[in-house]
Amino acid sequence: MSYMIVVSVTVVIYAILTVSLNIIVGYVGQPNLAQSAFFGIGAYFAAVFSTRYHTSFWLTIPLAFATAGVAGLVLGAISLRLREDFLAITTIGLNFVIVAVFQYVPFFGGAVGIYAIPLPSIAGHQFGNNAFLTVGLMMLAFVMAVSKYLEHTWFGASLMAIRDDQTAASSVGVPVASYKVIAFTLSAAFAGMAGSLYAPFLSAVTPTSFGFIESVIVLAMLIFGGLGTIRGAVLGALILGALPEVFRFISNYRLLMFGAILLLMLRFQPVGLVGEGSVLVKLTRRATEELRRRRHKGTSDPPAAGV
Amino acid sequence: MVVSSLINGIVLGSLYALIALGPSLLYGILRILDIANVAGLTLGAYTGLKVFNATHSLLAALVVAMLASAAFGYLLQRFLYRPILGRGPLIPLIASIGMFIAMEEVFRLVFGPYPLDFPAPVPLPTVHVGGAVVTGVQLLILIVGVAVLVGTWYALRRTRLGLLWRATSQDRETASAMGVNTGLVIATIFLIGYALAAISGVLLGVNYNTVYPTMGDIPAYKMLAIIVLGGLGNPLGTILAAMLIGLVETFVVSYVGFVLPRDAIAFIVLIVILLVRPQGLLPGESSGS
Repeated sequence: MSYMIVVSVTVVIYAILTVSLNIIVGYVGQPNLAQSAFFGIGAYFAAVFSTRYHTSFWLTIPLAFATAGVAGLVLGAISLRLREDFLAITTIGLNFVIVAVFQYVPFFGGAVGIYAIPLPSIAGHQFGNNAFLTVGLMMLAFVMAVSKYLEHTWFGASLMAIRDDQTAASSVGVPVASYKVIAFTLSAAFAGMAGSLYAPFLSAVTPTSFGFIESVIVLAMLIFGGLGTIRGAVLGALILGALPEVFRFISNYRLLMFGAILLLMLRFQPVGLVGEGSVLVKLTRRATEELRRRRHKGTSDPPAAGV
Repeated sequence: MVVSSLINGIVLGSLYALIALGPSLLYGILRILDIANVAGLTLGAYTGLKVFNATHSLLAALVVAMLASAAFGYLLQRFLYRPILGRGPLIPLIASIGMFIAMEEVFRLVFGPYPLDFPAPVPLPTVHVGGAVVTGVQLLILIVGVAVLVGTWYALRRTRLGLLWRATSQDRETASAMGVNTGLVIATIFLIGYALAAISGVLLGVNYNTVYPTMGDIPAYKMLAIIVLGGLGNPLGTILAAMLIGLVETFVVSYVGFVLPRDAIAFIVLIVILLVRPQGLLPGESSGS
Protein backbone atom coordinates (compact mmCIF):
# COMPACT_ATOMS: atom_id res chain seq x y z
CA MET A 1 0.00 0.00 0.00
CA SER A 2 2.68 2.48 0.94
CA TYR A 3 4.56 1.44 -2.19
CA MET A 4 1.52 2.37 -4.26
CA ILE A 5 1.55 5.78 -2.59
CA VAL A 6 5.21 6.25 -3.48
CA VAL A 7 4.43 5.41 -7.10
CA SER A 8 1.47 7.78 -6.99
CA VAL A 9 3.59 10.68 -5.75
CA THR A 10 6.08 10.02 -8.57
CA VAL A 11 3.27 9.98 -11.11
CA VAL A 12 1.78 13.18 -9.70
CA ILE A 13 5.16 14.92 -9.93
CA TYR A 14 5.49 13.79 -13.55
CA ALA A 15 1.97 15.06 -14.20
CA ILE A 16 2.85 18.52 -12.82
CA LEU A 17 5.82 18.52 -15.18
CA THR A 18 3.82 17.45 -18.26
CA VAL A 19 0.97 19.90 -17.60
CA SER A 20 3.45 22.73 -17.08
CA LEU A 21 5.44 21.73 -20.17
CA ASN A 22 2.19 21.72 -22.12
CA ILE A 23 1.84 25.47 -21.53
CA ILE A 24 4.91 26.28 -23.56
CA VAL A 25 5.05 23.35 -26.00
CA GLY A 26 1.35 22.63 -26.39
CA TYR A 27 -0.19 26.11 -26.26
CA VAL A 28 2.59 28.31 -27.63
CA GLY A 29 4.20 25.64 -29.82
CA GLN A 30 7.72 26.50 -28.67
CA PRO A 31 10.19 23.63 -28.41
CA ASN A 32 11.43 23.06 -24.89
CA LEU A 33 13.69 20.11 -24.23
CA ALA A 34 14.83 21.44 -20.87
CA GLN A 35 11.85 21.04 -18.57
CA SER A 36 13.80 18.86 -16.15
CA ALA A 37 16.43 21.60 -15.88
CA PHE A 38 13.79 23.93 -14.40
CA PHE A 39 12.53 21.06 -12.26
CA GLY A 40 16.12 20.64 -11.07
CA ILE A 41 16.59 24.33 -10.34
CA GLY A 42 13.51 24.25 -8.12
CA ALA A 43 14.58 21.03 -6.41
CA TYR A 44 18.12 22.29 -5.84
CA PHE A 45 17.13 25.66 -4.40
CA ALA A 46 14.62 23.95 -2.13
CA ALA A 47 17.29 21.43 -1.04
CA VAL A 48 20.01 24.02 -0.43
CA PHE A 49 17.77 26.33 1.57
CA SER A 50 16.11 23.64 3.67
CA THR A 51 19.40 21.92 4.60
CA ARG A 52 21.72 24.91 4.91
CA TYR A 53 19.45 27.69 6.09
CA HIS A 54 16.73 25.53 7.65
CA THR A 55 14.09 27.24 5.58
CA SER A 56 10.63 25.79 6.11
CA PHE A 57 9.21 23.56 3.36
CA TRP A 58 6.30 25.96 2.92
CA LEU A 59 8.71 28.78 2.13
CA THR A 60 10.81 26.66 -0.23
CA ILE A 61 7.76 26.20 -2.49
CA PRO A 62 7.53 29.89 -3.51
CA LEU A 63 11.33 30.04 -3.55
CA ALA A 64 11.57 27.15 -6.02
CA PHE A 65 8.71 28.65 -8.00
CA ALA A 66 10.50 31.98 -8.25
CA THR A 67 14.02 30.75 -9.00
CA ALA A 68 12.86 28.38 -11.76
CA GLY A 69 10.60 31.16 -13.03
CA VAL A 70 13.56 33.53 -13.35
CA ALA A 71 15.47 30.86 -15.28
CA GLY A 72 12.44 30.43 -17.54
CA LEU A 73 12.30 34.18 -18.03
CA VAL A 74 15.90 34.16 -19.23
CA LEU A 75 15.23 31.29 -21.63
CA GLY A 76 12.11 33.07 -22.85
CA ALA A 77 14.10 36.22 -23.56
CA ILE A 78 16.70 34.18 -25.42
CA SER A 79 13.97 32.38 -27.39
CA LEU A 80 12.84 35.65 -28.96
CA ARG A 81 16.10 35.88 -30.85
CA LEU A 82 16.15 32.33 -32.15
CA ARG A 83 14.41 30.31 -34.82
CA GLU A 84 12.48 27.22 -33.73
CA ASP A 85 15.18 24.66 -34.39
CA PHE A 86 17.94 26.88 -32.98
CA LEU A 87 15.82 27.24 -29.86
CA ALA A 88 15.33 23.47 -29.61
CA ILE A 89 19.09 23.00 -29.64
CA THR A 90 19.66 25.77 -27.13
CA THR A 91 17.26 24.06 -24.74
CA ILE A 92 19.07 20.73 -25.25
CA GLY A 93 22.31 22.49 -24.38
CA LEU A 94 20.70 24.10 -21.36
CA ASN A 95 20.27 20.65 -19.78
CA PHE A 96 23.97 19.95 -20.04
CA VAL A 97 24.98 23.37 -18.77
CA ILE A 98 22.61 23.16 -15.79
CA VAL A 99 23.81 19.65 -14.87
CA ALA A 100 27.41 20.89 -15.14
CA VAL A 101 26.59 23.84 -12.87
CA PHE A 102 25.03 21.51 -10.27
CA GLN A 103 28.08 19.28 -10.48
CA TYR A 104 30.81 21.87 -10.31
CA VAL A 105 29.52 24.84 -8.36
CA PRO A 106 30.13 24.26 -4.62
CA PHE A 107 26.93 26.10 -3.65
CA PHE A 108 24.98 23.17 -5.14
CA GLY A 109 26.91 20.49 -3.28
CA GLY A 110 29.06 19.18 -6.15
CA ALA A 111 28.88 15.80 -7.80
CA VAL A 112 27.41 13.98 -4.79
CA GLY A 113 24.47 16.36 -4.62
CA ILE A 114 22.64 17.23 -1.43
CA TYR A 115 21.61 14.65 1.15
CA ALA A 116 19.52 14.51 4.31
CA ILE A 117 16.93 17.00 3.18
CA PRO A 118 14.60 17.29 6.19
CA LEU A 119 11.03 16.07 5.99
CA PRO A 120 8.51 18.89 5.87
CA SER A 121 6.12 19.18 8.75
CA ILE A 122 2.66 20.56 9.24
CA ALA A 123 1.35 21.64 12.65
CA GLY A 124 4.26 19.86 14.32
CA HIS A 125 3.71 16.56 12.47
CA GLN A 126 6.32 15.28 10.05
CA PHE A 127 5.22 14.44 6.53
CA GLY A 128 4.38 10.86 5.68
CA ASN A 129 3.84 9.62 2.15
CA ASN A 130 0.15 10.46 2.40
CA ALA A 131 0.98 14.08 3.11
CA PHE A 132 3.35 14.19 0.14
CA LEU A 133 0.61 12.79 -2.07
CA THR A 134 -1.91 15.34 -0.77
CA VAL A 135 0.40 18.30 -1.34
CA GLY A 136 1.35 16.90 -4.76
CA LEU A 137 -2.27 16.57 -5.79
CA MET A 138 -2.96 20.10 -4.62
CA MET A 139 -0.05 21.38 -6.70
CA LEU A 140 -1.27 19.39 -9.69
CA ALA A 141 -4.79 20.74 -9.25
CA PHE A 142 -3.38 24.25 -9.11
CA VAL A 143 -1.33 23.83 -12.30
CA MET A 144 -4.30 22.21 -14.08
CA ALA A 145 -6.63 25.00 -12.93
CA VAL A 146 -4.26 27.67 -14.22
CA SER A 147 -3.95 25.81 -17.53
CA LYS A 148 -7.71 25.44 -17.77
CA TYR A 149 -8.12 29.11 -17.00
CA LEU A 150 -5.55 29.97 -19.67
CA GLU A 151 -7.50 28.01 -22.26
CA HIS A 152 -10.50 30.27 -21.71
CA THR A 153 -8.84 33.66 -21.59
CA TRP A 154 -7.71 36.06 -24.24
CA PHE A 155 -4.16 35.46 -23.05
CA GLY A 156 -4.44 31.72 -23.67
CA ALA A 157 -6.14 32.21 -27.02
CA SER A 158 -3.31 34.56 -27.98
CA LEU A 159 -0.74 31.93 -27.04
CA MET A 160 -2.43 29.44 -29.35
CA ALA A 161 -2.64 32.09 -32.06
CA ILE A 162 1.15 32.52 -31.74
CA ARG A 163 1.51 28.77 -32.16
CA ASP A 164 -0.67 28.64 -35.26
CA ASP A 165 0.70 31.70 -37.01
CA GLN A 166 3.01 34.10 -35.27
CA THR A 167 2.88 36.79 -37.96
CA ALA A 168 -0.90 36.73 -38.11
CA ALA A 169 -1.11 36.87 -34.31
CA SER A 170 1.14 39.87 -34.13
CA SER A 171 -0.79 41.63 -36.91
CA VAL A 172 -4.01 41.47 -34.87
CA GLY A 173 -2.28 43.04 -31.92
CA VAL A 174 -1.04 40.09 -29.87
CA PRO A 175 2.10 41.20 -28.03
CA VAL A 176 4.00 38.12 -29.20
CA ALA A 177 7.31 38.79 -27.45
CA SER A 178 6.03 39.51 -23.96
CA TYR A 179 3.41 36.72 -24.10
CA LYS A 180 6.03 34.18 -25.09
CA VAL A 181 8.27 35.27 -22.23
CA ILE A 182 5.37 35.09 -19.76
CA ALA A 183 4.48 31.58 -20.96
CA PHE A 184 8.09 30.41 -20.64
CA THR A 185 8.29 31.90 -17.14
CA LEU A 186 5.03 30.33 -16.01
CA SER A 187 5.89 26.91 -17.44
CA ALA A 188 9.33 26.90 -15.79
CA ALA A 189 8.00 28.19 -12.46
CA PHE A 190 5.49 25.32 -12.22
CA ALA A 191 8.24 22.80 -12.95
CA GLY A 192 10.34 24.41 -10.22
CA MET A 193 7.44 24.11 -7.81
CA ALA A 194 7.30 20.37 -8.52
CA GLY A 195 11.01 20.31 -7.67
CA SER A 196 10.34 21.70 -4.20
CA LEU A 197 8.16 18.66 -3.52
CA TYR A 198 10.55 16.20 -5.13
CA ALA A 199 13.58 17.19 -3.04
CA PRO A 200 12.17 16.43 0.44
CA PHE A 201 10.22 13.46 -0.92
CA LEU A 202 13.42 11.71 -2.05
CA SER A 203 15.38 13.44 0.76
CA ALA A 204 18.28 13.82 -1.71
CA VAL A 205 19.05 15.51 -5.02
CA THR A 206 21.83 14.51 -7.41
CA PRO A 207 22.91 16.47 -10.50
CA THR A 208 22.27 13.69 -13.00
CA SER A 209 18.60 13.30 -12.03
CA PHE A 210 17.85 16.47 -14.01
CA GLY A 211 19.58 15.79 -17.31
CA PHE A 212 18.59 15.72 -20.94
CA ILE A 213 17.10 12.22 -20.80
CA GLU A 214 14.70 13.26 -18.05
CA SER A 215 13.58 16.22 -20.15
CA VAL A 216 12.98 13.89 -23.09
CA ILE A 217 10.98 11.55 -20.88
CA VAL A 218 8.67 14.37 -19.78
CA LEU A 219 8.23 15.46 -23.39
CA ALA A 220 7.57 11.86 -24.45
CA MET A 221 4.83 11.58 -21.82
CA LEU A 222 3.23 14.78 -23.08
CA ILE A 223 3.39 13.74 -26.73
CA PHE A 224 2.11 10.27 -25.90
CA GLY A 225 -0.91 11.66 -24.06
CA GLY A 226 -1.67 14.45 -26.46
CA LEU A 227 0.12 17.75 -27.00
CA GLY A 228 -1.98 20.83 -26.30
CA THR A 229 -4.51 19.23 -23.97
CA ILE A 230 -4.53 19.02 -20.18
CA ARG A 231 -6.15 15.57 -20.25
CA GLY A 232 -3.41 14.35 -22.59
CA ALA A 233 -0.66 15.69 -20.35
CA VAL A 234 -2.12 14.01 -17.26
CA LEU A 235 -2.92 10.74 -19.01
CA GLY A 236 0.56 10.54 -20.54
CA ALA A 237 2.22 11.01 -17.15
CA LEU A 238 -0.17 8.53 -15.56
CA ILE A 239 0.34 5.72 -18.07
CA LEU A 240 4.04 6.13 -18.79
CA GLY A 241 4.90 7.05 -15.20
CA ALA A 242 3.12 4.06 -13.69
CA LEU A 243 3.91 1.45 -16.35
CA PRO A 244 7.55 0.79 -15.41
CA GLU A 245 6.55 0.60 -11.74
CA VAL A 246 3.63 -1.75 -12.25
CA PHE A 247 5.43 -4.01 -14.72
CA ARG A 248 8.90 -4.30 -13.27
CA PHE A 249 10.35 -5.97 -16.35
CA ILE A 250 9.71 -2.78 -18.33
CA SER A 251 12.00 -0.73 -16.12
CA ASN A 252 14.98 -2.47 -17.67
CA TYR A 253 13.85 -1.27 -21.08
CA ARG A 254 12.56 2.08 -19.90
CA LEU A 255 14.53 4.25 -22.30
CA LEU A 256 13.84 1.92 -25.19
CA MET A 257 10.16 2.33 -24.40
CA PHE A 258 10.33 6.14 -24.29
CA GLY A 259 12.41 6.33 -27.46
CA ALA A 260 10.12 3.98 -29.34
CA ILE A 261 7.03 5.84 -28.12
CA LEU A 262 8.35 9.18 -29.37
CA LEU A 263 9.20 7.59 -32.68
CA LEU A 264 5.95 5.74 -33.23
CA MET A 265 3.64 8.46 -31.95
CA LEU A 266 5.22 11.17 -34.08
CA ARG A 267 5.26 8.91 -37.09
CA PHE A 268 1.71 7.56 -36.84
CA GLN A 269 -0.34 9.56 -34.33
CA PRO A 270 1.34 12.92 -33.66
CA VAL A 271 -1.70 14.32 -31.84
CA GLY A 272 -1.22 11.71 -29.12
CA LEU A 273 -3.56 9.31 -27.43
CA VAL A 274 -6.28 11.78 -26.44
CA GLY A 275 -5.14 14.96 -28.20
CA GLU A 276 -7.51 16.93 -30.39
CA GLY A 277 -8.46 14.80 -33.39
CA SER A 278 -6.80 11.58 -32.22
CA VAL A 279 -8.25 8.22 -33.20
CA LEU A 280 -9.34 7.55 -29.62
CA VAL A 281 -11.10 10.89 -29.23
CA LYS A 282 -12.89 10.48 -32.55
CA LEU A 283 -14.02 7.00 -31.59
CA THR A 284 -15.28 8.17 -28.20
CA ARG A 285 -17.11 11.10 -29.76
CA ARG A 286 -18.72 8.80 -32.30
CA ALA A 287 -19.66 6.31 -29.60
CA THR A 288 -21.24 8.94 -27.33
CA GLU A 289 -23.07 10.40 -30.29
CA GLU A 290 -24.35 6.95 -31.17
CA LEU A 291 -25.41 6.36 -27.56
CA ARG A 292 -27.19 9.67 -27.40
CA ARG A 293 -28.99 8.96 -30.65
CA ARG A 294 -30.03 5.54 -29.44
CA ARG A 295 -31.21 6.83 -26.10
CA HIS A 296 -33.05 9.52 -27.96
CA LYS A 297 -34.71 6.91 -30.09
CA GLY A 298 -35.59 4.81 -27.07
CA THR A 299 -37.22 7.53 -24.98
CA SER A 300 -38.87 9.68 -27.61
CA ASP A 301 -41.75 8.69 -29.77
CA PRO A 302 -41.20 5.71 -31.99
CA PRO A 303 -39.37 6.80 -35.11
CA ALA A 304 -41.38 7.39 -38.19
CA ALA A 305 -41.88 4.03 -39.78
CA GLY A 306 -40.27 3.25 -43.06
CA VAL A 307 -37.56 5.90 -42.83
CA MET B 1 53.43 23.28 -25.55
CA VAL B 2 51.70 25.73 -27.87
CA VAL B 3 52.47 23.54 -30.89
CA SER B 4 51.21 20.41 -29.20
CA SER B 5 48.02 22.17 -28.05
CA LEU B 6 47.58 23.42 -31.59
CA ILE B 7 47.96 19.90 -32.96
CA ASN B 8 45.62 18.40 -30.37
CA GLY B 9 43.11 21.12 -31.14
CA ILE B 10 43.28 20.50 -34.87
CA VAL B 11 42.96 16.73 -34.43
CA LEU B 12 39.96 17.23 -32.15
CA GLY B 13 38.54 19.73 -34.62
CA SER B 14 38.93 17.24 -37.49
CA LEU B 15 37.06 14.61 -35.48
CA TYR B 16 34.29 17.09 -34.74
CA ALA B 17 34.16 18.11 -38.38
CA LEU B 18 33.81 14.47 -39.46
CA ILE B 19 31.02 13.95 -36.91
CA ALA B 20 29.14 17.13 -37.82
CA LEU B 21 29.54 17.05 -41.60
CA GLY B 22 26.95 14.34 -42.27
CA PRO B 23 24.19 15.96 -40.18
CA SER B 24 25.09 19.31 -41.74
CA LEU B 25 24.61 17.94 -45.27
CA LEU B 26 21.33 16.33 -44.18
CA TYR B 27 20.13 19.55 -42.63
CA GLY B 28 21.01 21.41 -45.78
CA ILE B 29 18.78 19.20 -47.85
CA LEU B 30 15.89 18.38 -45.50
CA ARG B 31 15.98 21.09 -42.80
CA ILE B 32 15.97 18.24 -40.29
CA LEU B 33 18.39 18.11 -37.39
CA ASP B 34 19.24 14.45 -37.55
CA ILE B 35 20.45 13.45 -34.10
CA ALA B 36 19.94 9.80 -35.01
CA ASN B 37 22.97 10.23 -37.27
CA VAL B 38 25.05 9.77 -34.15
CA ALA B 39 23.39 6.38 -33.64
CA GLY B 40 24.98 5.61 -37.02
CA LEU B 41 28.30 6.60 -35.45
CA THR B 42 27.89 4.12 -32.59
CA LEU B 43 26.59 1.45 -34.96
CA GLY B 44 29.67 2.02 -37.11
CA ALA B 45 31.97 1.77 -34.11
CA TYR B 46 30.46 -1.55 -32.95
CA THR B 47 30.34 -3.00 -36.46
CA GLY B 48 33.92 -1.90 -37.08
CA LEU B 49 35.05 -3.46 -33.82
CA LYS B 50 33.35 -6.78 -34.56
CA VAL B 51 34.79 -6.91 -38.08
CA PHE B 52 38.22 -5.91 -36.82
CA ASN B 53 38.17 -8.69 -34.20
CA ALA B 54 37.26 -11.17 -36.93
CA THR B 55 39.64 -10.00 -39.66
CA HIS B 56 42.30 -7.87 -37.92
CA SER B 57 42.04 -5.43 -40.76
CA LEU B 58 41.24 -1.81 -39.99
CA LEU B 59 40.37 -1.17 -43.62
CA ALA B 60 37.83 -4.00 -43.71
CA ALA B 61 36.42 -2.73 -40.43
CA LEU B 62 35.99 0.76 -41.89
CA VAL B 63 34.36 -0.48 -45.09
CA VAL B 64 31.85 -2.81 -43.40
CA ALA B 65 31.06 -0.19 -40.77
CA MET B 66 30.31 2.34 -43.49
CA LEU B 67 28.05 -0.12 -45.28
CA ALA B 68 26.14 -1.04 -42.13
CA SER B 69 25.64 2.55 -41.07
CA ALA B 70 24.68 3.65 -44.59
CA ALA B 71 22.05 0.91 -44.74
CA PHE B 72 20.69 2.10 -41.39
CA GLY B 73 20.56 5.67 -42.68
CA TYR B 74 18.78 4.59 -45.84
CA LEU B 75 16.07 2.75 -43.88
CA LEU B 76 15.71 5.70 -41.55
CA GLN B 77 15.01 8.24 -44.30
CA ARG B 78 12.74 5.82 -46.13
CA PHE B 79 10.53 4.81 -43.21
CA LEU B 80 10.87 7.59 -40.66
CA TYR B 81 11.81 10.95 -42.16
CA ARG B 82 10.23 10.95 -45.61
CA PRO B 83 6.69 10.37 -44.27
CA ILE B 84 6.92 13.24 -41.75
CA LEU B 85 8.80 15.78 -43.85
CA GLY B 86 5.88 18.14 -44.26
CA ARG B 87 5.31 18.65 -40.54
CA GLY B 88 7.77 21.42 -39.73
CA PRO B 89 11.24 21.11 -38.24
CA LEU B 90 10.38 20.07 -34.70
CA ILE B 91 8.54 16.80 -35.18
CA PRO B 92 11.38 15.15 -37.11
CA LEU B 93 13.86 16.53 -34.57
CA ILE B 94 12.01 14.99 -31.65
CA ALA B 95 11.46 11.75 -33.56
CA SER B 96 15.20 11.59 -34.24
CA ILE B 97 15.89 12.08 -30.53
CA GLY B 98 13.55 9.16 -29.87
CA MET B 99 15.41 7.08 -32.43
CA PHE B 100 18.74 8.02 -30.89
CA ILE B 101 17.68 7.05 -27.36
CA ALA B 102 16.05 3.81 -28.51
CA MET B 103 19.17 2.84 -30.47
CA GLU B 104 21.40 3.42 -27.44
CA GLU B 105 19.26 0.95 -25.55
CA VAL B 106 19.45 -1.50 -28.44
CA PHE B 107 23.25 -1.25 -28.37
CA ARG B 108 23.22 -1.85 -24.63
CA LEU B 109 20.99 -4.89 -24.98
CA VAL B 110 22.86 -6.37 -27.94
CA PHE B 111 26.49 -5.61 -27.10
CA GLY B 112 26.26 -5.31 -23.32
CA PRO B 113 26.58 -2.25 -21.10
CA TYR B 114 30.35 -2.43 -20.64
CA PRO B 115 32.94 -0.52 -22.68
CA LEU B 116 34.78 -2.73 -25.15
CA ASP B 117 38.43 -2.20 -26.17
CA PHE B 118 39.23 -1.32 -29.75
CA PRO B 119 42.94 -2.12 -29.86
CA ALA B 120 43.56 -1.58 -33.54
CA PRO B 121 47.20 -0.87 -34.36
CA VAL B 122 47.40 2.04 -36.76
CA PRO B 123 49.91 1.42 -39.55
CA LEU B 124 51.28 4.95 -39.34
CA PRO B 125 54.44 6.21 -37.63
CA THR B 126 54.58 8.64 -34.73
CA VAL B 127 55.80 11.99 -35.99
CA HIS B 128 57.61 14.76 -34.15
CA VAL B 129 56.74 18.31 -35.15
CA GLY B 130 58.56 21.17 -33.44
CA GLY B 131 58.89 19.32 -30.16
CA ALA B 132 55.31 18.06 -30.25
CA VAL B 133 54.35 14.43 -30.78
CA VAL B 134 51.73 13.36 -33.30
CA THR B 135 50.71 9.77 -32.68
CA GLY B 136 49.80 7.37 -35.47
CA VAL B 137 46.10 7.57 -34.57
CA GLN B 138 46.17 11.35 -34.63
CA LEU B 139 47.90 11.25 -38.00
CA LEU B 140 45.23 8.87 -39.28
CA ILE B 141 42.47 11.20 -38.08
CA LEU B 142 44.16 14.15 -39.77
CA ILE B 143 44.64 12.28 -43.05
CA VAL B 144 41.11 10.86 -43.13
CA GLY B 145 39.69 14.17 -41.97
CA VAL B 146 41.43 16.20 -44.66
CA ALA B 147 40.61 13.62 -47.33
CA VAL B 148 36.93 13.53 -46.42
CA LEU B 149 36.62 17.29 -46.10
CA VAL B 150 38.37 17.99 -49.39
CA GLY B 151 36.36 15.20 -51.01
CA THR B 152 33.12 16.70 -49.75
CA TRP B 153 34.08 20.15 -50.92
CA TYR B 154 34.92 18.74 -54.35
CA ALA B 155 31.71 16.72 -54.51
CA LEU B 156 29.57 19.72 -53.61
CA ARG B 157 31.28 22.15 -55.95
CA ARG B 158 32.37 20.15 -58.95
CA THR B 159 30.11 17.13 -59.39
CA ARG B 160 26.60 16.55 -60.61
CA LEU B 161 25.59 15.20 -57.19
CA GLY B 162 26.80 18.45 -55.63
CA LEU B 163 24.73 20.45 -58.07
CA LEU B 164 21.66 18.34 -57.29
CA TRP B 165 22.32 18.69 -53.55
CA ARG B 166 22.48 22.46 -53.87
CA ALA B 167 19.39 22.62 -56.06
CA THR B 168 17.39 20.40 -53.72
CA SER B 169 18.52 22.23 -50.61
CA GLN B 170 17.60 25.61 -52.06
CA ASP B 171 14.09 24.57 -52.95
CA ARG B 172 13.01 20.97 -52.91
CA GLU B 173 9.75 21.51 -54.79
CA THR B 174 11.20 23.63 -57.55
CA ALA B 175 14.07 21.21 -57.98
CA SER B 176 11.57 18.41 -58.22
CA ALA B 177 9.55 20.34 -60.78
CA MET B 178 12.74 20.83 -62.82
CA GLY B 179 13.10 17.10 -63.10
CA VAL B 180 15.49 16.44 -60.21
CA ASN B 181 14.75 13.07 -58.63
CA THR B 182 14.77 14.58 -55.15
CA GLY B 183 13.94 11.26 -53.50
CA LEU B 184 17.09 9.77 -54.96
CA VAL B 185 19.17 12.80 -53.99
CA ILE B 186 17.89 12.60 -50.41
CA ALA B 187 18.60 8.87 -50.24
CA THR B 188 22.12 9.40 -51.57
CA ILE B 189 22.87 12.15 -49.07
CA PHE B 190 21.65 9.88 -46.27
CA LEU B 191 23.92 7.07 -47.50
CA ILE B 192 26.88 9.47 -47.52
CA GLY B 193 25.96 11.13 -44.22
CA TYR B 194 25.70 7.82 -42.39
CA ALA B 195 28.85 6.41 -43.99
CA LEU B 196 30.67 9.51 -42.68
CA ALA B 197 29.19 8.85 -39.25
CA ALA B 198 30.59 5.31 -39.36
CA ILE B 199 34.06 6.63 -40.21
CA SER B 200 33.91 8.99 -37.23
CA GLY B 201 32.68 6.15 -35.02
CA VAL B 202 35.57 3.85 -35.93
CA LEU B 203 38.13 6.66 -35.56
CA LEU B 204 36.64 7.66 -32.22
CA GLY B 205 36.75 4.05 -31.02
CA VAL B 206 40.35 3.56 -32.11
CA ASN B 207 41.49 6.94 -30.80
CA TYR B 208 40.15 6.41 -27.29
CA ASN B 209 40.46 2.60 -27.50
CA THR B 210 36.90 2.15 -26.31
CA VAL B 211 33.42 1.50 -27.69
CA TYR B 212 30.31 1.71 -25.49
CA PRO B 213 26.55 2.15 -25.94
CA THR B 214 26.39 5.81 -24.94
CA MET B 215 29.57 6.85 -26.74
CA GLY B 216 27.37 9.00 -28.99
CA ASP B 217 26.08 11.30 -26.25
CA ILE B 218 28.85 13.86 -26.26
CA PRO B 219 29.37 13.77 -30.06
CA ALA B 220 25.61 14.25 -30.49
CA TYR B 221 25.30 17.38 -28.50
CA LYS B 222 28.59 18.80 -29.65
CA MET B 223 27.56 18.12 -33.22
CA LEU B 224 24.42 20.17 -32.64
CA ALA B 225 26.39 23.07 -31.24
CA ILE B 226 28.80 22.91 -34.16
CA ILE B 227 26.28 22.85 -36.98
CA VAL B 228 24.25 25.65 -35.45
CA LEU B 229 27.40 27.66 -34.91
CA GLY B 230 28.46 27.06 -38.51
CA GLY B 231 25.16 28.38 -39.82
CA LEU B 232 22.83 25.42 -40.21
CA GLY B 233 23.28 23.50 -43.42
CA ASN B 234 26.45 25.23 -44.47
CA PRO B 235 29.15 22.53 -44.74
CA LEU B 236 32.06 24.95 -44.90
CA GLY B 237 30.76 26.83 -41.87
CA THR B 238 30.40 23.50 -40.09
CA ILE B 239 34.05 22.63 -40.69
CA LEU B 240 35.11 26.08 -39.53
CA ALA B 241 33.00 25.83 -36.38
CA ALA B 242 34.33 22.32 -35.66
CA MET B 243 37.91 23.57 -35.83
CA LEU B 244 37.02 26.57 -33.67
CA ILE B 245 35.40 24.41 -30.99
CA GLY B 246 38.27 21.89 -31.09
CA LEU B 247 40.87 24.64 -30.63
CA VAL B 248 38.91 26.61 -28.03
CA GLU B 249 38.33 23.48 -25.94
CA THR B 250 41.97 22.44 -26.09
CA PHE B 251 43.36 25.88 -25.30
CA VAL B 252 40.85 26.74 -22.59
CA VAL B 253 41.50 23.44 -20.84
CA SER B 254 45.29 23.61 -21.02
CA TYR B 255 45.86 27.35 -20.45
CA VAL B 256 42.95 29.06 -18.82
CA GLY B 257 41.37 26.35 -16.75
CA PHE B 258 37.61 26.34 -16.49
CA VAL B 259 35.22 25.67 -13.65
CA LEU B 260 32.85 23.65 -15.81
CA PRO B 261 33.85 20.45 -17.63
CA ARG B 262 35.21 20.91 -21.15
CA ASP B 263 32.08 19.46 -22.69
CA ALA B 264 30.03 22.39 -21.44
CA ILE B 265 32.27 24.84 -23.31
CA ALA B 266 30.74 24.11 -26.72
CA PHE B 267 27.29 25.12 -25.58
CA ILE B 268 28.39 28.20 -23.72
CA VAL B 269 30.24 29.33 -26.86
CA LEU B 270 27.08 28.52 -28.81
CA ILE B 271 24.74 30.47 -26.56
CA VAL B 272 27.02 33.49 -26.48
CA ILE B 273 27.50 33.52 -30.25
CA LEU B 274 23.80 32.98 -30.95
CA LEU B 275 22.96 35.96 -28.80
CA VAL B 276 25.37 38.13 -30.74
CA ARG B 277 24.81 36.59 -34.18
CA PRO B 278 21.50 34.69 -34.21
CA GLN B 279 22.18 33.42 -37.75
CA GLY B 280 25.36 31.54 -36.78
CA LEU B 281 28.96 32.24 -37.76
CA LEU B 282 28.39 32.03 -41.49
CA PRO B 283 24.92 32.78 -42.80
CA GLY B 284 23.77 29.33 -43.68
CA GLU B 285 21.19 27.40 -45.67
CA SER B 286 23.90 26.36 -48.10
CA SER B 287 23.06 29.45 -50.11
CA GLY B 288 26.55 30.80 -49.72
CA SER B 289 27.56 28.33 -52.39
